[in-house]
Amino acid sequence: MPRHVDQELTSLERMVVRMGDAVQEQLRHAMEALVRRDEAGARQVIDGDRGVNAQDLEIDEKCVEVLALYEPAAGDLRLVTTVMKIVTDLERVGDQAVNIAQRVLELIVEAPAEPMLELLRMADRAAGMLKESLQAFIGHDTALARRVCAADDEVDELKERLFRELLDVMIADSRAIPPSMRLVLISRYLERVADHATNIAEMVIYMVESTMVRHAEAAVAPRTRHEGDKP
Amino acid sequence: MADGIVVKDLNAWFGAQHVVKHVSMEVPRNAVTAVIGPSGCGKSTFIRCLNRMHETVRGARVTGAVLLDGEDLYAAGVDPVTVRRRIGMVFQRSNPFPTMSVFENVAAGLMLNGVRDRAVLRERVEQGLRQAALWDEVKDDLGKRGLKLSGGQQQRLCIARALAVAPQVLLMDEPCSALDPIASARIEELILALSKELTVVVVTHRMSQARRVSGWTAYFLLGELIEFRPTRELFTRPGDRRTEDYITGRFD
Repeated sequence: MPRHVDQELTSLERMVVRMGDAVQEQLRHAMEALVRRDEAGARQVIDGDRGVNAQDLEIDEKCVEVLALYEPAAGDLRLVTTVMKIVTDLERVGDQAVNIAQRVLELIVEAPAEPMLELLRMADRAAGMLKESLQAFIGHDTALARRVCAADDEVDELKERLFRELLDVMIADSRAIPPSMRLVLISRYLERVADHATNIAEMVIYMVESTMVRHAEAAVAPRTRHEGDKP
Repeated sequence: MADGIVVKDLNAWFGAQHVVKHVSMEVPRNAVTAVIGPSGCGKSTFIRCLNRMHETVRGARVTGAVLLDGEDLYAAGVDPVTVRRRIGMVFQRSNPFPTMSVFENVAAGLMLNGVRDRAVLRERVEQGLRQAALWDEVKDDLGKRGLKLSGGQQQRLCIARALAVAPQVLLMDEPCSALDPIASARIEELILALSKELTVVVVTHRMSQARRVSGWTAYFLLGELIEFRPTRELFTRPGDRRTEDYITGRFD
């Protein structure tokens, strides 16, 4: 017997996919604006954040509605709570795209800075992680989610390498310090994007397997007693 | 977890029909345990086995052990009446004694147990009514007939009657199914308050109620105990597919 709540859950999943697409576009446009030194493109990304925020609110509202009307349990409940968390991560990725676009506007008036290739690789990797984390969500694919989590270190490494290169540039030529600093900042934003993708992937693992891999170091043995229980 | 009741390989039959199958579990002391499951899953029969009510039905049979404080309630020589004083029960439909006043309803169990002293009776009746959160509503007219009370009040009167004999365990079989949401909420608050002093086992069809009032939940299906674990775990990450299907409303 089909359940009415299934329609609502499917529509929630679709809303997440739509928001995920919008955020990925924002990120792509921000990086394109950087490469092309495209002021109009950067401004479009900044304006586009309003749409992302609106989707964030819409999905949150839908989640609250499903919780209130259907009192979901078990797998259904984990889906709704996962969506609420994923949406926050997606909204933050949107903010990082805006941050990048703002640095682009500043860079356009300054001299171009050198090691862009590393930065583009980093952007590529972070965007790839984001895409895969969303695919893992849709496909309930925990193997893919675990690969996303593992890729996080790679992005961190790229960021370190880029930082050292930019440091050399800045030491060699003090005039390169302002634009190089902006590139360092952009690499930081991309690192954050990868972190958000990792968060999404970790929530997918929770949703599917009901095991929390987030903050694994802080995890303690699962509670087996209720607050009100006496020893 | 201190054990309230230890159930070992409990089986129950109605004639040839095997309705509770090989159930073993440890009901925690001074906590609320909810028993859920579809109609006919044996949950009511199960709790009726805990205080030896099941055997009062013609053709009914029980095997296995139910231990309270380490003592098997089914051992030879154990008086079922004593068992039912230690393990009280409240039913789906409130059933105050129709001809009796509020006072007499609560005193009835005590009088059956030989309490005759009026002062003691008055004290225990008040205590029972207070525990059942009914005292303030009835204290000015204890001579009123029990049946004149509202549905929710009648159910609390039955709880007061069960509590007056100071049981260690209170079994409740769908205690709110005939009550409106406000009366239900009062009973739920009462269940939570009572569990500080006694072990409560409540059979309920309402999963939201199980979630709200219980620390532990047992899921029964076709006479078997499928899963028994802390309520917060059972409703967020059940360990058995059949539990998940039931609590998320997937029925074949």
